Amino acid sequence: MPVKPAVSVVASPAAEKTTPSSPAPVSPVREFLNTRGSGRLADTSFAALMLACACSIFVIVLFIFWILIQNSHLSLAAFGWKFFTREAWDPVSGDFGALPFIYGTLATSLLALAMAVPLALGVAIFLTELCPRPLRAPISFLTELLAAIPSVVYGLWAVFVLVPIMRDTLGPFLVKTLGWTGFFEGANFGVGLLTASIILAIMILPIISSLTRDIMTAVPHSQREAVLALGATRWEMIRIGVLRNSRIGIVGAVMLGLGRALGETMAVTMVIGNHPEIHKSLFAPGYTLASVIANEFAEATGDLYYSALIEIGLALFLVTIVVNAVARLMVWAVTRGAPSRAS
Amino acid sequence: MGVGIQVEDLNAWYGSTHTLQDINLHIPANHATALIGPSGCGKSTFVRCLNRMHETNPIARATGVVKMGEIDIYREASPVEIRRRVGMVFQRPNPFPTMSIYDNVISGLKLNGFRNRRILDETVERSLKQAALWEEVKDDLKKKSGASLSGGQQQRMCIARALAVDPEVLLMDEPASALDPVSTSKIEDLIFQLKTQYTIVIVTHNMQQAARVAENTGFFLNGKLVEFDSTHKIFTNPRDKRTEDYITGRFG
Amino acid sequence: MSTQPIQAQPLGDPRKPSRANILRRYTADRIVSGLAVLATVIVLAPLAAILFYLVYKGASSLNLAFFTHVPAPVGEEGGGMANAIVGSSLVLLLASLMGIPVGIAAGVYLSEFGRGKFLGNAVRFTADVLNGVPSIVMGITIYSLVVKPQRHYSALAGGIALAIMMIPTVTRTTEEMLATVPLAIREAALGLGVPKWRTAVSVSLRTASPGIITGCMLAFARVAGETAPLLFTAFGNQFWSFNLNEPIAALPLQIFVYAISPYDEWHRLAWAGALVLIVLIMVSVTLVRVFANRGVLKGGS
Repeated sequence: MPVKPAVSVVASPAAEKTTPSSPAPVSPVREFLNTRGSGRLADTSFAALMLACACSIFVIVLFIFWILIQNSHLSLAAFGWKFFTREAWDPVSGDFGALPFIYGTLATSLLALAMAVPLALGVAIFLTELCPRPLRAPISFLTELLAAIPSVVYGLWAVFVLVPIMRDTLGPFLVKTLGWTGFFEGANFGVGLLTASIILAIMILPIISSLTRDIMTAVPHSQREAVLALGATRWEMIRIGVLRNSRIGIVGAVMLGLGRALGETMAVTMVIGNHPEIHKSLFAPGYTLASVIANEFAEATGDLYYSALIEIGLALFLVTIVVNAVARLMVWAVTRGAPSRAS
Repeated sequence: MGVGIQVEDLNAWYGSTHTLQDINLHIPANHATALIGPSGCGKSTFVRCLNRMHETNPIARATGVVKMGEIDIYREASPVEIRRRVGMVFQRPNPFPTMSIYDNVISGLKLNGFRNRRILDETVERSLKQAALWEEVKDDLKKKSGASLSGGQQQRMCIARALAVDPEVLLMDEPASALDPVSTSKIEDLIFQLKTQYTIVIVTHNMQQAARVAENTGFFLNGKLVEFDSTHKIFTNPRDKRTEDYITGRFG
Repeated sequence: MSTQPIQAQPLGDPRKPSRANILRRYTADRIVSGLAVLATVIVLAPLAAILFYLVYKGASSLNLAFFTHVPAPVGEEGGGMANAIVGSSLVLLLASLMGIPVGIAAGVYLSEFGRGKFLGNAVRFTADVLNGVPSIVMGITIYSLVVKPQRHYSALAGGIALAIMMIPTVTRTTEEMLATVPLAIREAALGLGVPKWRTAVSVSLRTASPGIITGCMLAFARVAGETAPLLFTAFGNQFWSFNLNEPIAALPLQIFVYAISPYDEWHRLAWAGALVLIVLIMVSVTLVRVFANRGVLKGGS
């Protein structure tokens, strides 16, 4: 809305009278326009309506927060902060702790990041710096398609394609080559932490790579030329002219991917094995915050059980809010903040 | 028919920049008045204050009195009401890209709720004829988009759009600066004819243009109105040294 | 930096990099380029695999019955997902009716009123953050808000959950599309004495409408595949239902239930359902892409 001019502007009906200086007959067009009011009421109500809708976004976030707090108070009162460090999950005796889920969530998300970030960076570098121009649009389009595939479809594919591969090919191979690390022990059924991490990595790749690409494109061309002009090879130009200038944004993009991985539900639920225990082995079945809600919420009979699940949802909500907020600030800092840093 | 404009102690700001300082001036009715000066001198801000377009920018504000005929536009009317009485032509042609030529011309009526088809048809023909565009576009008024015309045609369509609301005053903010010489001379011819019916205020950085079309000329410098007089006087015998420097090309 | 690898040589011109140095740098260059290409291939491989399996398994299971029949009882051959398709459409329609107007209005606020203001930036930021809230959280919130007090699952609850998920996407695309409308066009309308609200609706929104429509389709496509928020709201239903106050079937829910079931016949239907879903989504995304590339507007000058 325009700032009020220093002079006070008051609509007066007197202004509607035609000016005496024009004695000529008034045209129908002018006559009509002179009868139209200032439209101030319509303008004000329109602005208010738009503002209300915009504020509804705040309201939604606060509302989610409030509802989750309200509904988890039983569990909050019963377990307090210990809830997040206890390993027990026994609906029958009413003993709840979220540690196995936190472990499962962190393990799968971080493992997924470890797999996805180098690949995403590679794709972004390829797309912005190396890719022949005619290939650029189709490849970035394909990676965007990857982002549009619903979680449940990834899950379906994972259940019928990835799980058998893990069980019969990749699993035994890992045992043979990396078995000594102790991360690949125990029975391998194909479902478990590792499978969940792989499907998560596939799912967050497009997000990270397309954001990283945007950020790297935002680096001014002069930066690249400056480095090239010093006799750098292309890789040195990318490392010094591009990556160094956009690292904050890239960290932000990675965190956005992390936010998505933490909250990802369906695909993970379908392949992680759903067992609330903490194992070192990546073949072992696990459980994540999101998947325990998806699996047990509908059957949560007792009030405390229900409340404990809501508290898990609350934790997930708060963590993703923080991760996303920090990530957005980082991405914004690069893509809209002054990109032309003096060199 | 046009009305005169009386400006008293007009000051304007963009944020903390004082872009117009104590402007006092009378613009006579049914004449063309040119405003010249180097870029950034405040002449565009000045015309935008005459129809309160200045305040559409959230950081801008203005104080002072502007009387259009009998009405003090800052105290006795809302911005919307004033803008309906004042046509404005901008520096670059700005047709509505989604509308046909026909709809573009009568957009000021339609968007304000005017529905009478017969009068709309008449208005389109009258305004396009006034803007000397009728012959070129009359066959595809509703078929072609306003944005499909050439730059000069677009600007004349924008003039027709401003005339369609039957304004009392026509403000032109460097209307020919984005056009080729042929289109420019067409626009100048147009101003020459229109100034008998409307009060025209034209901002220009082109001194020859001011000399060709306007009876009176004002010279702006650094947010101040340095000199305002008949065009002949300004260009042959200016009172102020700075005006003389400018028109003789010593700066700007 | 380029001075760093240049080390003084005992012999010859000290500023001239050694042969080994050049070799090392160019090898690094080659290796990294190779890795980048490899990464791209590795990323595209799963996409190709997923699309291949969808078409291979899905197309062979698609038939007319899929679109006309309700699910068959366990152990029987045949059956389809007609009720799930209709249910999904119903829930999505509800979600669009609630989410799109609010989202567009919020986008109009951001672009036309809130530019450069603290509140505008705060809303934009909140919308981006809301976009990242896990959909399962949306599901349990709406469960607690709507389903629990009513004591039954309902299509309405599912619609609300999806509507909330649509709002941030619609808001941000609307804002971005409105930002592409040149200021000069708004000034043209304002200069004609058109009130601000009318300018926003008939000029800004109308000029940006192709982009906004595709943005809405993108939001639609995104929530069309959402399963988690529907688990405890729409819940699913093996039969026809048109009552908004009752549990209703939805395509992604049905795919989930069938995928984790032990029956081959259901697996087959899950693949077919996934193919239908993905075709719907891909068409929307492609349309969005086409419009985005065309720049939507070239108006103004």
